[in-house]
Amino acid sequence: MKQDVPPPYTAVARHAVFPTPTHDEAARYNFLTALNKYLSGSIGAGNKIAYDTRVLPAFQAEHGRDPRDRFEIRDAMNQDPWHRYWSALKRNSMEMRQQNGRSITLRQLDELSAKVRQFNEGRDTLQLDPDLPLPHYMNAADIHCMPGSYHGEERPGDMSAGANYDSGLFATTGGGLGALSDGGGQALVEWIRKERPDWKPRRILDLGCTVGHNIVPLALAFPEAEVIAIDTAAAVLRYAHARAQALGARNITFIQMNAEDMSRFPDGHFDWVQTTMYLHELSGKALPRIIRESERVLAPGGLMFHLEQPQYSDDMPLYEQFIRDWDAFNNNEPYWSAMHALDLKQVMEEAGLPRDRQFTARVLAVVDRSIFPQAAEGAEEDHGRAAAWNAYGAWKPEA
Amino acid sequence: MSDDSVDWIARAGARAKGKRPNTLHDFNAERTLSIVMALAAEVAVVKERLDTVERLLDEKGTISRADIDAWQATGEAAYERALMTKEYVARIMRGMQQEMEAMQAAPERPMSELSAELRDS
Repeated sequence: MKQDVPPPYTAVARHAVFPTPTHDEAARYNFLTALNKYLSGSIGAGNKIAYDTRVLPAFQAEHGRDPRDRFEIRDAMNQDPWHRYWSALKRNSMEMRQQNGRSITLRQLDELSAKVRQFNEGRDTLQLDPDLPLPHYMNAADIHCMPGSYHGEERPGDMSAGANYDSGLFATTGGGLGALSDGGGQALVEWIRKERPDWKPRRILDLGCTVGHNIVPLALAFPEAEVIAIDTAAAVLRYAHARAQALGARNITFIQMNAEDMSRFPDGHFDWVQTTMYLHELSGKALPRIIRESERVLAPGGLMFHLEQPQYSDDMPLYEQFIRDWDAFNNNEPYWSAMHALDLKQVMEEAGLPRDRQFTARVLAVVDRSIFPQAAEGAEEDHGRAAAWNAYGAWKPEA
Repeated sequence: MSDDSVDWIARAGARAKGKRPNTLHDFNAERTLSIVMALAAEVAVVKERLDTVERLLDEKGTISRADIDAWQATGEAAYERALMTKEYVARIMRGMQQEMEAMQAAPERPMSELSAELRDS
């Protein structure tokens, strides 16, 4: 019987600005990939077993009722020795992934910087704004335990945050995002081709683009479209621009901009406003503001599309909500929990996108299945990282 | 080193901003686990490197360091190595896996009780 194993790290496609791993650095990522897969797949079910066999019975005995919400489950589970040890292992794997990625990137920083500079210097497709304030929610904690988060710079003009992010996506998703870690972007292309085969958006806007891995496939699929990708962090934008250029996506302009204020763009400017795994990294006030601003810049008949992990609905068991919340409290995702409890449909409605124009869809990463795995869902899912998303979208009414 | 050079070894291990969860409720256990897991990773790295050396020796009889660093596992070799690492992870995680099974087992009595019982039955 063939065992279920992840592809090797060396299956990653090395575009022109990708940090080159040594034999041993690749092996270190292979270990982390196997470890993550083991923790979520082979023994992830242990958390539910602990809950069913002892945590829930003890809670019921103490309180005379079931837990009311995911937070009560978390408090109870955080007393369970098995769950605590599992969490500690998983936290370590996240920290080890960061150290390996930073080690790979920073030891070749001079060479990488030179390569990135070649793609960036004198190009009007990269527009940075050194005066842009860092949003408070980006400064609350270093997201996913990335030291320095997306914006940290080891020296002026640095792009290592982007390079490190790109280098490790493969390991944390067990290859689920494919050779260029762009399975999300490829999924967008596949989705729209099925949904509206003849549609040709003239202008596309990607919010919180990080290294541009999700927007490059769209830009390549619509080469005549004018694509704008924004982020508040210069460090990832420098890398994203060079990466996109290296991959031949020359119709993307990367702009350092806060999506809460896109006054630079007129009303109805874009046919498609896109976010991919972005909304959970905002804040309670920023999210609705950004959705409103996105609706404003969206053209009548245009598409707003958000890819996210599933929202916590009343239909989702509280235990599942609890385990999906792990990253919020253990992997520095402080807005994750509140965001996933939002009624996104209502937020979009309040921003001017009526319910009858809204839709949801299940979207799986599109990757070369001869090498890369289909993301596990259900009991073996690596919650928070699974390369399978819910899409929350709307077609803006025609004028 | 130029003025803007970065001490990559020190900076690779930079701390992420944000209070770290004290999951194990014990400083010493947390620190020891971090060291154990880092060592576990390094053993996996050495195993892969040795596997590369063996495969190259099989293929060529003699090798250089450059050969090792350039070699990439593909196809069946990639599968065999991933399997090796999977098996290795399963071995070092045995304690967690067996504790998971224990949670599912019927309640068990201490061996001293069984011992006394079997003596007389």
